[in-house]
Amino acid sequence: MEQTVMKILETVKDPEIDSISIVDLGMVHLIEMKGERCTIKLLPTFAGCPALDIIKGNVKKACLSQPGIKEVDVRFVYTPPWTSDRLTPNGREKLKEFGIAPPPEKFTNLEEWEIHCPYCDSHYTSMENLFGPTACRSILYCKECRNPFEAMKPISTIM
Amino acid sequence: MKQYELNTIPDEGYRQALASLLYQLADDDFILAYRGSEWLGLAPHIEEDVAFSSINQDTMGHASMIYELLASLGEGTEDELAHGRPPEERRNAIILEEVNGPGDYLIEPRYDWAFAVVRHYFYTVAKKVRMDSLKQSSYGPLAEAAVKINTELYYHLLHWQTWFTQLMNAGGEAKQRMEDAVSRVCDDFLGVLTLGPDGESMSRYGLIEEEAILASRWTEALKKPFDSTGVQHPPVIRSLRGDGRKGEHTGDLTDALHTLSEVYRLEASGTW
Repeated sequence: MEQTVMKILETVKDPEIDSISIVDLGMVHLIEMKGERCTIKLLPTFAGCPALDIIKGNVKKACLSQPGIKEVDVRFVYTPPWTSDRLTPNGREKLKEFGIAPPPEKFTNLEEWEIHCPYCDSHYTSMENLFGPTACRSILYCKECRNPFEAMKPISTIM
Repeated sequence: MKQYELNTIPDEGYRQALASLLYQLADDDFILAYRGSEWLGLAPHIEEDVAFSSINQDTMGHASMIYELLASLGEGTEDELAHGRPPEERRNAIILEEVNGPGDYLIEPRYDWAFAVVRHYFYTVAKKVRMDSLKQSSYGPLAEAAVKINTELYYHLLHWQTWFTQLMNAGGEAKQRMEDAVSRVCDDFLGVLTLGPDGESMSRYGLIEEEAILASRWTEALKKPFDSTGVQHPPVIRSLRGDGRKGEHTGDLTDALHTLSEVYRLEASGTW
C-alpha cells in the first residue's frame, strides 16, 4: 500500500513548478499505513516556502481519492533536512523542462557552482540575482542563447 | 552531553530555560522579518526587492519553526505566540524592533538603507554564531531546527556581507551613511548578544553555549570585514535603550504589533 501511495504522490506537483512532483523533488520522507489511516511526512525545501499549505492540501486530496484510504495525516518535518541532492535524476530533467537549471549533484562550495543553461546547455552564463522568484531559485542569464533562466539553489548541510 | 527530546525533558528548570531561549530566538526573527517586509517595493532596486523578500520569508519561516517548538511545550498555538502576545511578553532585542526610518510604508517612507544593511548584517552574523552553537544543543528538536535554518542562513549571510562591504567601500555619501548606521546599531546591539536573566541556566543545561563565548565569536567573525572596510575593531557595543530579554521595549514594537496582528485580532481562528 505504501508503494501505491508513493505512486499517488508522483501526481502531486510543486504548485510553483508544475513539471515536477514532490517525489522527484525529494520531499517525501515517510509513508505509513495503519489500517485505513495514512501518515505522510514531508520535508520542506525552504522553511518559509508559502507553497507548503497548498502542497499539504493537494497531498490530502490525492490520497483520499484512493480506495482504502479514509484518513490522511500530512506533516512537515525538518529532520533529515531537505538538501538539493535529494532531487531524483528524473526530477533534474523535469526542472530543465521548466527552464530551471538543476543544482550541482554534489555541492562543494558556491564558487565552484558551474551553471549550465537549461535551454542550450552552455556554461557561458551569469548570475543576475542569487535570490529568485521563490526562495529555492536564483535568476541567471545565458550569454550564448541570450535567454534569462533560473537555477535551483544548492542546499547542503556542509554550508 | 546527553540529548533530550520533548518526552524526556528532565525537569521544570530545564523546561523553563528552554522556553526562555526559544522565545528569544523566535521573537528576534519574527520582528526583524516584519521590519524587512516593510521594505517590499521600496528597496534600492528590483533585484534587491526580490532578494530581500525571499530572505524575510525564510526568516519568518524560521520564527515559525521555533514557535512550533514552543507550541509543543504547551505555550500556546503558533498564531497566539506570534500575534497574541503583548509587548511586555516579547523577548526580542530592542534594536530589531526599531522602525526602518521616518514615515510609514504607505505614507512617505523615508527608510534608511544603510541602517537596514548594517542591522541585518550584524544580526545575521549573530544568528549564524547561535545556530552553529545550537547544532550541539542538548534539546534534540532545537538542534535539528538549527541544522535546517543554517542551510538557508548561508545565503542570507552572503547577501548582507556583499552589501556591507560594497557600500562601505563605495564613494560619495555611502561610507558616511554606513558609518553612522554602524554606530547607531552598535549602541543597542548588546541586546541581541545577551541571553537575558536565564542565560546562565541555558548554558548550564547545555541548551546553548555561554553568552560571553557567543559574543566573542560574533566579534571575531566581524574582524575581517571590518579590517577590509576600515571600521574600528572590536566595535563598542552597548544597550542604551534597555533589555528586550527582560520585556523592556519601545513604542516602535507596540506600533508594529498593532499593525501586524490586525487581521489576527479581527478573526483569530482564520487560516493563513
